[in-house]
Amino acid sequence: MSMPFYMSPEQVMKDKSDFARKGIARGRSVLALAYADGILFVGENPSNALHKMSEIYDRIAFAAVGKYNEFENLRLAGVRYADLRGYQYDRTDVTGRGLANAYAQTLGTIFTESSKPYEVELVVAEVGHTQAEDQMYRLTYDGSVADEHGFVVMGGQSEPIVAVLRDAHRADLDLRDALTLAVRALGTAGTDGEPRQLLADNLEAAVLDRTRPRRAFKRLLTPQLARLLGQDGAETPSTDSETPA
Amino acid sequence: MADATGVHGRLPGHFTAPGTSSFTEFLRMASPDLLPGSRSLPVGTTLDAPHGTTIVAVTHADGVIMAGDRRATMGNVIAQRDIEKVFPADEYSVVGIAGTAGLAVEMVRLFQVELEHYEKLEGSVLSLDGKANRLSTMIRGNLGMAMQGLAVVPLFAGYDLARSQGRIFSYDVTGGRYEEHSFHAVGSGSVFARSALKKRYRDGVREGDAVQLAVDALYDAADDDSATGGPDLTRKIYPVVMTVTDAGVRRLPDEEIGAVVQAVVDARMTNPGG
Repeated sequence: MSMPFYMSPEQVMKDKSDFARKGIARGRSVLALAYADGILFVGENPSNALHKMSEIYDRIAFAAVGKYNEFENLRLAGVRYADLRGYQYDRTDVTGRGLANAYAQTLGTIFTESSKPYEVELVVAEVGHTQAEDQMYRLTYDGSVADEHGFVVMGGQSEPIVAVLRDAHRADLDLRDALTLAVRALGTAGTDGEPRQLLADNLEAAVLDRTRPRRAFKRLLTPQLARLLGQDGAETPSTDSETPA
Repeated sequence: MADATGVHGRLPGHFTAPGTSSFTEFLRMASPDLLPGSRSLPVGTTLDAPHGTTIVAVTHADGVIMAGDRRATMGNVIAQRDIEKVFPADEYSVVGIAGTAGLAVEMVRLFQVELEHYEKLEGSVLSLDGKANRLSTMIRGNLGMAMQGLAVVPLFAGYDLARSQGRIFSYDVTGGRYEEHSFHAVGSGSVFARSALKKRYRDGVREGDAVQLAVDALYDAADDDSATGGPDLTRKIYPVVMTVTDAGVRRLPDEEIGAVVQAVVDARMTNPGG
Protein backbone atom coordinates (compact mmCIF):
# COMPACT_ATOMS: atom_id res chain seq x y z
CA MET A 1 0.00 0.00 0.00
CA SER A 2 1.44 3.30 -1.03
CA MET A 3 1.28 6.16 1.45
CA PRO A 4 0.07 9.45 -0.02
CA PHE A 5 2.86 11.97 0.00
CA TYR A 6 2.25 14.43 2.86
CA MET A 7 2.68 18.16 2.49
CA SER A 8 1.84 20.60 5.28
CA PRO A 9 -0.88 23.15 4.46
CA GLU A 10 1.64 25.95 5.08
CA GLN A 11 3.92 24.50 2.44
CA VAL A 12 1.08 24.07 -0.07
CA MET A 13 -0.09 27.66 0.37
CA LYS A 14 3.44 29.00 0.19
CA ASP A 15 4.15 27.10 -3.00
CA LYS A 16 0.97 28.36 -4.60
CA SER A 17 1.70 31.94 -3.53
CA ASP A 18 5.22 31.79 -4.90
CA PHE A 19 3.94 30.37 -8.15
CA ALA A 20 1.30 33.10 -8.54
CA ARG A 21 3.64 35.90 -7.52
CA LYS A 22 6.24 34.81 -10.02
CA GLY A 23 3.68 34.78 -12.83
CA ILE A 24 2.39 38.25 -11.95
CA ALA A 25 5.87 39.79 -11.70
CA ARG A 26 6.74 38.62 -15.24
CA GLY A 27 4.40 41.07 -16.97
CA ARG A 28 4.43 44.84 -17.26
CA SER A 29 3.00 47.03 -14.52
CA VAL A 30 -0.40 48.71 -14.63
CA LEU A 31 -1.25 51.55 -12.34
CA ALA A 32 -4.38 53.30 -11.18
CA LEU A 33 -4.23 56.74 -9.66
CA ALA A 34 -6.62 59.39 -8.44
CA TYR A 35 -6.69 62.72 -10.29
CA ALA A 36 -8.91 65.76 -9.91
CA ASP A 37 -11.84 64.47 -12.04
CA GLY A 38 -11.69 60.79 -11.18
CA ILE A 39 -9.38 57.83 -11.58
CA LEU A 40 -6.78 57.27 -14.29
CA PHE A 41 -5.46 53.87 -15.41
CA VAL A 42 -2.20 53.57 -17.33
CA GLY A 43 -0.20 50.56 -18.43
CA GLU A 44 2.34 49.54 -21.00
CA ASN A 45 0.46 47.56 -23.61
CA PRO A 46 1.44 47.48 -27.27
CA SER A 47 -1.84 45.80 -28.23
CA ASN A 48 -4.84 47.91 -29.19
CA ALA A 49 -7.22 44.99 -28.90
CA LEU A 50 -6.25 43.01 -25.82
CA HIS A 51 -7.12 45.39 -23.04
CA LYS A 52 -5.90 45.35 -19.48
CA MET A 53 -8.48 47.88 -18.31
CA SER A 54 -12.19 47.84 -19.04
CA GLU A 55 -15.57 49.21 -18.19
CA ILE A 56 -17.65 47.12 -15.81
CA TYR A 57 -20.61 49.39 -15.12
CA ASP A 58 -21.68 53.03 -15.15
CA ARG A 59 -19.10 54.22 -12.63
CA ILE A 60 -17.02 51.08 -12.11
CA ALA A 61 -13.93 49.93 -13.98
CA PHE A 62 -11.48 47.11 -13.78
CA ALA A 63 -7.75 46.88 -14.42
CA ALA A 64 -5.63 43.75 -14.24
CA VAL A 65 -2.19 42.27 -14.71
CA GLY A 66 -1.14 38.64 -15.06
CA LYS A 67 -2.44 35.92 -17.34
CA TYR A 68 -4.76 37.34 -19.98
CA ASN A 69 -7.16 34.40 -20.18
CA GLU A 70 -7.61 34.39 -16.42
CA PHE A 71 -8.34 38.07 -15.92
CA GLU A 72 -10.45 38.19 -19.07
CA ASN A 73 -12.51 35.46 -17.48
CA LEU A 74 -12.92 37.57 -14.35
CA ARG A 75 -13.81 40.63 -16.41
CA LEU A 76 -16.58 38.67 -18.11
CA ALA A 77 -17.87 37.55 -14.72
CA GLY A 78 -17.73 41.11 -13.40
CA VAL A 79 -19.75 42.57 -16.28
CA ARG A 80 -22.33 39.80 -15.90
CA TYR A 81 -22.47 40.25 -12.14
CA ALA A 82 -22.96 44.01 -12.45
CA ASP A 83 -25.52 43.86 -15.27
CA LEU A 84 -27.52 41.17 -13.47
CA ARG A 85 -27.52 43.13 -10.24
CA GLY A 86 -28.50 46.36 -12.00
CA TYR A 87 -31.31 44.58 -13.86
CA GLN A 88 -32.57 42.81 -10.75
CA TYR A 89 -32.56 45.91 -8.55
CA ASP A 90 -31.53 49.31 -9.87
CA ARG A 91 -28.50 50.80 -11.58
CA THR A 92 -27.56 52.67 -8.40
CA ASP A 93 -27.42 49.41 -6.45
CA VAL A 94 -24.35 48.16 -8.29
CA THR A 95 -21.33 49.05 -6.17
CA GLY A 96 -17.61 48.57 -6.44
CA ARG A 97 -17.57 47.07 -2.98
CA GLY A 98 -20.05 44.36 -3.97
CA LEU A 99 -18.02 43.52 -7.05
CA ALA A 100 -14.77 43.47 -5.07
CA ASN A 101 -16.38 41.03 -2.62
CA ALA A 102 -17.54 38.75 -5.41
CA TYR A 103 -14.05 38.76 -6.92
CA ALA A 104 -12.44 38.15 -3.53
CA GLN A 105 -14.65 35.13 -2.89
CA THR A 106 -14.01 33.78 -6.35
CA LEU A 107 -10.25 34.23 -6.24
CA GLY A 108 -10.09 32.87 -2.68
CA THR A 109 -11.97 29.72 -3.62
CA ILE A 110 -9.83 29.16 -6.70
CA PHE A 111 -6.68 29.66 -4.63
CA THR A 112 -7.60 27.13 -1.96
CA GLU A 113 -9.47 24.58 -4.05
CA SER A 114 -7.67 24.24 -7.35
CA SER A 115 -4.15 23.04 -7.75
CA LYS A 116 -3.18 26.05 -9.84
CA PRO A 117 -4.10 29.51 -8.50
CA TYR A 118 -4.97 32.40 -10.85
CA GLU A 119 -1.87 34.43 -11.69
CA VAL A 120 -3.65 37.77 -11.60
CA GLU A 121 -3.89 40.96 -9.64
CA LEU A 122 -6.84 43.31 -10.06
CA VAL A 123 -8.03 46.78 -9.22
CA VAL A 124 -11.74 47.47 -8.98
CA ALA A 125 -12.33 51.22 -8.98
CA GLU A 126 -15.51 53.18 -8.55
CA VAL A 127 -15.77 56.89 -9.13
CA GLY A 128 -18.11 58.89 -6.90
CA HIS A 129 -19.69 62.29 -7.28
CA THR A 130 -16.90 63.81 -5.21
CA GLN A 131 -13.31 62.69 -4.76
CA ALA A 132 -14.04 61.64 -1.17
CA GLU A 133 -16.48 59.03 -2.52
CA ASP A 134 -13.99 57.45 -4.93
CA GLN A 135 -13.03 53.88 -4.11
CA MET A 136 -10.17 51.64 -5.19
CA TYR A 137 -9.84 48.02 -4.20
CA ARG A 138 -6.80 45.92 -4.89
CA LEU A 139 -7.40 42.17 -5.17
CA THR A 140 -4.63 39.63 -5.21
CA TYR A 141 -4.41 36.03 -6.44
CA ASP A 142 -5.42 34.55 -3.04
CA GLY A 143 -8.56 36.66 -2.68
CA SER A 144 -7.25 39.26 -0.27
CA VAL A 145 -8.75 42.70 -0.67
CA ALA A 146 -7.18 46.00 0.24
CA ASP A 147 -8.94 49.35 0.23
CA GLU A 148 -6.45 51.70 -1.42
CA HIS A 149 -6.20 55.48 -1.57
CA GLY A 150 -4.27 57.69 -3.96
CA PHE A 151 -2.66 55.15 -6.26
CA VAL A 152 -2.20 51.41 -6.84
CA VAL A 153 0.64 49.77 -8.76
CA MET A 154 0.22 46.17 -9.87
CA GLY A 155 2.51 43.63 -11.46
CA GLY A 156 6.00 43.83 -12.90
CA GLN A 157 8.70 45.54 -10.93
CA SER A 158 6.59 47.85 -8.84
CA GLU A 159 9.07 49.24 -6.29
CA PRO A 160 10.67 52.00 -8.42
CA ILE A 161 7.21 53.01 -9.71
CA VAL A 162 5.80 53.22 -6.20
CA ALA A 163 8.80 55.32 -5.14
CA VAL A 164 8.18 57.90 -7.88
CA LEU A 165 4.45 58.08 -7.16
CA ARG A 166 4.93 58.34 -3.42
CA ASP A 167 7.05 61.43 -3.98
CA ALA A 168 5.08 63.24 -6.62
CA HIS A 169 1.45 62.07 -6.60
CA ARG A 170 -1.25 64.43 -5.41
CA ALA A 171 -4.97 63.77 -5.75
CA ASP A 172 -5.63 67.23 -7.22
CA LEU A 173 -3.48 66.75 -10.35
CA ASP A 174 -5.28 67.47 -13.61
CA LEU A 175 -5.44 64.80 -16.31
CA ARG A 176 -2.37 65.96 -18.22
CA ASP A 177 -0.17 66.12 -15.12
CA ALA A 178 -1.45 62.83 -13.73
CA LEU A 179 -0.81 61.09 -17.06
CA THR A 180 2.66 62.59 -17.41
CA LEU A 181 3.54 61.48 -13.90
CA ALA A 182 2.18 57.98 -14.49
CA VAL A 183 4.17 57.58 -17.69
CA ARG A 184 7.33 58.86 -16.00
CA ALA A 185 6.79 56.39 -13.17
CA LEU A 186 6.23 53.47 -15.55
CA GLY A 187 9.44 54.38 -17.38
CA THR A 188 11.53 53.74 -14.28
CA ALA A 189 10.69 50.03 -14.28
CA GLY A 190 12.59 47.35 -16.18
CA THR A 191 15.82 49.30 -16.63
CA ASP A 192 19.03 49.51 -14.69
CA GLY A 193 18.84 53.06 -13.51
CA GLU A 194 18.28 54.81 -16.86
CA PRO A 195 14.59 55.81 -17.15
CA ARG A 196 12.88 54.93 -20.44
CA GLN A 197 10.81 57.31 -22.52
CA LEU A 198 7.49 55.57 -23.19
CA LEU A 199 5.61 56.42 -26.36
CA ALA A 200 1.87 56.84 -26.74
CA ASP A 201 1.72 53.89 -29.19
CA ASN A 202 2.84 51.48 -26.49
CA LEU A 203 0.55 52.74 -23.78
CA GLU A 204 -2.97 51.85 -22.83
CA ALA A 205 -4.85 54.37 -20.75
CA ALA A 206 -8.40 54.98 -19.62
CA VAL A 207 -10.24 57.18 -17.17
CA LEU A 208 -13.24 57.00 -14.93
CA ASP A 209 -14.30 60.60 -15.28
CA ARG A 210 -16.87 61.78 -12.76
CA THR A 211 -17.92 64.67 -15.01
CA ARG A 212 -19.25 62.34 -17.73
CA PRO A 213 -23.05 61.88 -17.64
CA ARG A 214 -23.81 58.18 -17.06
CA ARG A 215 -21.03 55.93 -18.22
CA ALA A 216 -17.93 57.37 -16.61
CA PHE A 217 -15.43 55.06 -18.33
CA LYS A 218 -13.56 56.29 -21.35
CA ARG A 219 -10.47 55.01 -23.12
CA LEU A 220 -7.78 57.53 -24.00
CA LEU A 221 -6.86 56.62 -27.57
CA THR A 222 -3.36 56.99 -28.99
CA PRO A 223 -3.83 60.42 -30.67
CA GLN A 224 -5.28 61.90 -27.50
CA LEU A 225 -2.52 60.31 -25.40
CA ALA A 226 0.14 61.73 -27.69
CA ARG A 227 -1.45 65.17 -27.43
CA LEU A 228 -1.67 65.02 -23.64
CA LEU A 229 1.93 63.83 -23.35
CA GLY A 230 3.21 66.45 -25.79
CA GLN A 231 4.37 63.73 -28.21
CA ASP A 232 2.31 64.86 -31.17
CA GLY A 233 5.07 66.99 -32.62
CA ALA A 234 3.63 70.26 -31.34
CA GLU A 235 6.35 72.61 -30.08
CA THR A 236 4.61 73.53 -26.85
CA PRO A 237 1.70 71.55 -25.47
CA SER A 238 -1.45 73.66 -25.56
CA THR A 239 -2.35 75.05 -22.19
CA ASP A 240 -6.11 74.69 -22.29
CA SER A 241 -7.33 72.15 -19.77
CA GLU A 242 -7.91 68.91 -21.62
CA THR A 243 -10.99 66.90 -20.72
CA PRO A 244 -11.88 63.71 -22.54
CA ALA A 245 -14.80 64.38 -24.83
CA MET B 1 -33.17 33.01 -7.10
CA ALA B 2 -32.04 35.25 -4.29
CA ASP B 3 -28.44 34.16 -4.35
CA ALA B 4 -27.96 34.59 -8.10
CA THR B 5 -25.58 37.42 -7.35
CA GLY B 6 -25.25 36.92 -3.64
CA VAL B 7 -21.70 36.57 -2.53
CA HIS B 8 -21.70 33.22 -0.79
CA GLY B 9 -18.65 31.47 -2.10
CA ARG B 10 -17.32 32.03 -5.58
CA LEU B 11 -19.43 33.26 -8.49
CA PRO B 12 -21.16 30.24 -10.06
CA GLY B 13 -19.75 28.68 -13.21
CA HIS B 14 -22.08 30.37 -15.69
CA PHE B 15 -20.60 33.75 -14.72
CA THR B 16 -17.21 32.77 -16.08
CA ALA B 17 -18.34 30.50 -18.92
CA PRO B 18 -17.17 31.93 -22.22
CA GLY B 19 -19.33 31.73 -25.32
CA THR B 20 -22.24 34.12 -25.12
CA SER B 21 -22.23 37.89 -25.19
CA SER B 22 -26.00 38.04 -24.76
CA PHE B 23 -27.39 39.15 -21.43
CA THR B 24 -30.69 37.37 -22.12
CA GLU B 25 -28.91 34.07 -22.64
CA PHE B 26 -26.92 34.60 -19.48
CA LEU B 27 -30.15 35.38 -17.59
CA ARG B 28 -31.60 32.10 -18.81
CA MET B 29 -28.82 30.28 -16.94
CA ALA B 30 -28.41 32.57 -13.94
CA SER B 31 -31.92 33.65 -13.07
CA PRO B 32 -34.57 32.38 -15.52
CA ASP B 33 -37.43 33.78 -13.40
CA LEU B 34 -36.34 37.27 -14.48
CA LEU B 35 -36.90 36.52 -18.18
CA PRO B 36 -40.03 38.17 -19.57
CA GLY B 37 -41.04 35.24 -21.77
CA SER B 38 -41.00 32.62 -19.04
CA ARG B 39 -44.39 33.22 -17.51
CA SER B 40 -47.96 32.63 -18.65
CA LEU B 41 -51.49 33.57 -17.72
CA PRO B 42 -54.12 30.90 -16.96
CA VAL B 43 -55.74 29.94 -20.26
CA GLY B 44 -58.91 31.78 -21.19
CA THR B 45 -58.43 34.70 -18.85
CA THR B 46 -57.93 38.31 -19.77
CA LEU B 47 -56.54 41.10 -17.73
CA ASP B 48 -57.01 44.87 -17.64
CA ALA B 49 -53.66 46.61 -17.63
CA PRO B 50 -52.52 50.05 -18.73
CA HIS B 51 -51.87 50.40 -22.45
CA GLY B 52 -49.62 52.85 -24.17
CA THR B 53 -50.76 54.33 -27.42
CA THR B 54 -49.24 56.32 -30.27
CA ILE B 55 -45.59 56.51 -31.32
CA VAL B 56 -44.34 58.14 -34.52
CA ALA B 57 -40.90 58.12 -36.11
CA VAL B 58 -39.72 60.33 -38.97
CA THR B 59 -36.40 60.16 -40.81
CA HIS B 60 -34.72 63.42 -41.76
CA ALA B 61 -31.60 64.63 -43.50
CA ASP B 62 -29.31 64.05 -40.49
CA GLY B 63 -30.93 61.01 -38.88
CA VAL B 64 -34.27 60.14 -37.40
CA ILE B 65 -36.61 61.39 -34.68
CA MET B 66 -39.15 59.52 -32.59
CA ALA B 67 -42.02 61.05 -30.66
CA GLY B 68 -44.68 59.60 -28.38
CA ASP B 69 -47.77 61.00 -26.68
CA ARG B 70 -47.98 60.85 -22.89
CA ARG B 71 -51.20 58.93 -22.26
CA ALA B 72 -51.71 55.41 -20.88
CA THR B 73 -55.24 54.05 -20.82
CA MET B 74 -56.96 51.18 -19.05
CA GLY B 75 -60.31 50.58 -20.68
CA ASN B 76 -62.05 53.96 -20.67
CA VAL B 77 -59.90 55.33 -17.85
CA ILE B 78 -56.78 57.40 -18.35
CA ALA B 79 -54.29 55.40 -16.30
CA GLN B 80 -51.52 57.95 -16.52
CA ARG B 81 -51.29 61.31 -18.25
CA ASP B 82 -47.53 61.76 -18.21
CA ILE B 83 -46.16 58.29 -19.02
CA GLU B 84 -42.98 58.17 -21.09
CA LYS B 85 -42.98 55.73 -23.99
CA VAL B 86 -39.89 56.65 -25.96
CA PHE B 87 -36.55 55.51 -24.55
CA PRO B 88 -32.95 55.60 -25.68
CA ALA B 89 -31.91 51.98 -26.38
CA ASP B 90 -28.23 52.87 -26.55
CA GLU B 91 -26.11 55.72 -27.81
CA TYR B 92 -27.38 55.49 -31.40
CA SER B 93 -30.89 54.09 -31.22
CA VAL B 94 -34.26 54.68 -29.60
CA VAL B 95 -37.26 52.48 -28.98
CA GLY B 96 -40.87 53.54 -28.53
CA ILE B 97 -43.54 51.26 -27.10
CA ALA B 98 -47.22 50.69 -27.75
CA GLY B 99 -49.27 47.99 -26.11
CA THR B 100 -49.27 46.66 -22.55
CA ALA B 101 -47.19 49.22 -20.68
CA GLY B 102 -45.84 46.99 -17.90
CA LEU B 103 -44.54 44.30 -20.23
CA ALA B 104 -43.27 46.84 -22.72
CA VAL B 105 -41.26 48.78 -20.16
CA GLU B 106 -39.72 45.53 -18.92
CA MET B 107 -38.84 44.58 -22.49
CA VAL B 108 -37.17 47.94 -23.07
CA ARG B 109 -35.12 47.60 -19.86
CA LEU B 110 -33.91 44.18 -20.90
CA PHE B 111 -33.17 45.45 -24.40
CA GLN B 112 -31.10 48.35 -23.04
CA VAL B 113 -29.06 46.03 -20.81
CA GLU B 114 -28.68 43.57 -23.69
CA LEU B 115 -27.13 46.19 -25.99
CA GLU B 116 -24.79 47.61 -23.36
CA HIS B 117 -23.79 44.13 -22.19
CA TYR B 118 -22.80 43.13 -25.70
CA GLU B 119 -20.87 46.35 -26.15
CA LYS B 120 -18.90 45.84 -22.93
CA LEU B 121 -18.12 42.17 -23.49
CA GLU B 122 -17.25 42.44 -27.18
CA GLY B 123 -15.70 45.89 -27.15
CA SER B 124 -17.76 46.86 -30.19
CA VAL B 125 -21.28 48.07 -30.85
CA LEU B 126 -23.88 45.81 -32.55
CA SER B 127 -24.91 46.83 -36.06
CA LEU B 128 -28.30 48.54 -36.32
CA ASP B 129 -29.70 45.43 -38.04
CA GLY B 130 -28.29 43.30 -35.25
CA LYS B 131 -30.06 45.41 -32.66
CA ALA B 132 -33.31 45.29 -34.62
CA ASN B 133 -33.11 41.49 -34.86
CA ARG B 134 -32.43 41.18 -31.16
CA LEU B 135 -35.61 43.14 -30.41
CA SER B 136 -37.49 40.90 -32.78
CA THR B 137 -36.51 37.83 -30.75
CA MET B 138 -37.73 39.47 -27.57
CA ILE B 139 -41.13 40.27 -29.04
CA ARG B 140 -41.46 36.70 -30.28
CA GLY B 141 -40.81 35.54 -26.70
CA ASN B 142 -43.90 37.44 -25.63
CA LEU B 143 -46.19 35.71 -28.14
CA GLY B 144 -48.02 33.68 -25.47
CA MET B 145 -48.97 36.80 -23.59
CA ALA B 146 -49.88 38.61 -26.80
CA MET B 147 -52.40 35.85 -27.60
CA GLN B 148 -54.10 36.64 -24.31
CA GLY B 149 -54.38 40.31 -25.06
CA LEU B 150 -51.13 41.55 -23.57
CA ALA B 151 -49.32 42.46 -26.75
CA VAL B 152 -46.23 44.64 -26.97
CA VAL B 153 -45.52 46.37 -30.28
CA PRO B 154 -42.44 48.55 -30.25
CA LEU B 155 -41.10 50.87 -32.89
CA PHE B 156 -37.32 50.94 -33.26
CA ALA B 157 -35.24 53.66 -34.89
CA GLY B 158 -31.59 54.49 -34.98
CA TYR B 159 -28.71 56.01 -36.80
CA ASP B 160 -26.87 53.49 -38.95
CA LEU B 161 -23.20 54.44 -38.65
CA ALA B 162 -22.24 52.15 -41.54
CA ARG B 163 -24.74 53.75 -43.96
CA SER B 164 -24.76 57.25 -42.41
CA GLN B 165 -28.54 57.50 -42.30
CA GLY B 166 -31.48 57.18 -39.95
CA ARG B 167 -33.56 53.99 -40.24
CA ILE B 168 -36.90 52.85 -38.80
CA PHE B 169 -38.02 49.28 -38.01
CA SER B 170 -41.56 48.23 -37.15
CA TYR B 171 -42.69 44.90 -35.70
CA ASP B 172 -45.77 42.75 -35.47
CA VAL B 173 -46.79 40.73 -32.40
CA THR B 174 -45.14 37.58 -33.76
CA GLY B 175 -41.76 39.32 -33.91
CA GLY B 176 -41.85 40.01 -37.66
CA ARG B 177 -39.46 42.82 -38.43
CA TYR B 178 -40.09 45.30 -41.24
CA GLU B 179 -37.93 48.19 -42.30
CA GLU B 180 -40.00 51.34 -42.89
CA HIS B 181 -38.97 54.14 -45.18
CA SER B 182 -39.36 57.82 -44.40
CA PHE B 183 -41.82 57.54 -41.49
CA HIS B 184 -43.98 55.19 -39.49
CA ALA B 185 -46.38 55.10 -36.54
CA VAL B 186 -47.60 52.40 -34.16
CA GLY B 187 -50.36 52.20 -31.56
CA SER B 188 -54.08 52.90 -31.50
CA GLY B 189 -53.79 56.37 -33.04
CA SER B 190 -51.27 55.29 -35.65
CA VAL B 191 -53.75 55.23 -38.55
CA PHE B 192 -54.44 58.93 -38.13
CA ALA B 193 -50.84 59.83 -37.41
CA ARG B 194 -49.64 57.96 -40.49
CA SER B 195 -52.25 59.60 -42.73
CA ALA B 196 -51.15 63.01 -41.48
CA LEU B 197 -47.49 62.18 -42.15
CA LYS B 198 -48.30 60.79 -45.59
CA LYS B 199 -49.71 64.15 -46.68
CA ARG B 200 -47.03 66.35 -45.14
CA TYR B 201 -43.77 64.38 -45.34
CA ARG B 202 -41.16 65.44 -47.92
CA ASP B 203 -37.87 63.69 -48.64
CA GLY B 204 -34.81 65.33 -47.14
CA VAL B 205 -36.78 67.23 -44.50
CA ARG B 206 -34.65 69.05 -41.89
CA GLU B 207 -34.61 67.93 -38.27
CA GLY B 208 -36.60 70.91 -36.96
CA ASP B 209 -39.33 70.37 -39.55
CA ALA B 210 -39.40 66.65 -38.78
CA VAL B 211 -40.09 67.46 -35.12
CA GLN B 212 -42.96 69.68 -36.16
CA LEU B 213 -44.33 66.98 -38.49
CA ALA B 214 -44.24 64.47 -35.65
CA VAL B 215 -45.99 66.79 -33.18
CA ASP B 216 -48.60 67.61 -35.83
CA ALA B 217 -49.16 63.91 -36.48
CA LEU B 218 -49.61 63.21 -32.78
CA TYR B 219 -52.10 66.07 -32.60
CA ASP B 220 -54.07 64.46 -35.43
CA ALA B 221 -53.93 61.08 -33.68
CA ALA B 222 -55.23 62.62 -30.44
CA ASP B 223 -57.93 64.41 -32.43
CA ASP B 224 -59.51 61.17 -33.60
CA ASP B 225 -58.34 58.49 -31.15
CA SER B 226 -59.56 58.71 -27.56
CA ALA B 227 -56.60 56.69 -26.25
CA THR B 228 -54.00 59.13 -27.55
CA GLY B 229 -53.31 62.19 -25.44
CA GLY B 230 -53.06 65.61 -27.05
CA PRO B 231 -50.50 68.13 -25.83
CA ASP B 232 -51.55 69.31 -22.36
CA LEU B 233 -50.77 73.03 -22.35
CA THR B 234 -52.32 73.67 -18.95
CA ARG B 235 -50.07 71.15 -17.20
CA LYS B 236 -47.16 71.64 -19.61
CA ILE B 237 -47.10 67.94 -20.50
CA TYR B 238 -45.63 67.68 -23.99
CA PRO B 239 -44.81 64.70 -26.20
CA VAL B 240 -41.44 63.02 -25.58
CA VAL B 241 -39.27 63.64 -28.64
CA MET B 242 -35.85 62.05 -29.17
CA THR B 243 -33.56 62.70 -32.06
CA VAL B 244 -30.78 60.36 -33.24
CA THR B 245 -27.95 61.63 -35.42
CA ASP B 246 -24.29 60.77 -35.84
CA ALA B 247 -23.75 62.66 -32.57
CA GLY B 248 -25.94 60.18 -30.69
CA VAL B 249 -29.34 60.29 -29.02
CA ARG B 250 -30.67 63.57 -27.66
CA ARG B 251 -33.95 64.16 -25.89
CA LEU B 252 -35.41 67.52 -26.79
CA PRO B 253 -35.81 69.63 -23.66
CA ASP B 254 -39.31 70.71 -22.64
CA GLU B 255 -38.72 74.38 -23.56
CA GLU B 256 -37.77 73.42 -27.12
CA ILE B 257 -40.67 71.03 -27.61
CA GLY B 258 -43.05 73.40 -25.76
CA ALA B 259 -42.43 76.07 -28.40
CA VAL B 260 -43.20 73.61 -31.23
CA VAL B 261 -46.36 72.44 -29.47
CA GLN B 262 -47.51 76.03 -28.92
CA ALA B 263 -46.99 76.81 -32.62
CA VAL B 264 -48.94 73.70 -33.68
CA VAL B 265 -51.84 74.49 -31.33
CA ASP B 266 -51.89 78.14 -32.43
CA ALA B 267 -52.11 77.07 -36.07
CA ARG B 268 -55.03 74.76 -35.22
CA MET B 269 -56.91 77.70 -33.67
CA THR B 270 -57.59 79.02 -37.16
CA ASN B 271 -57.45 75.72 -39.02
CA PRO B 272 -58.57 72.85 -36.76
CA GLY B 273 -57.89 70.20 -39.40
CA GLY B 274 -54.25 71.24 -39.83
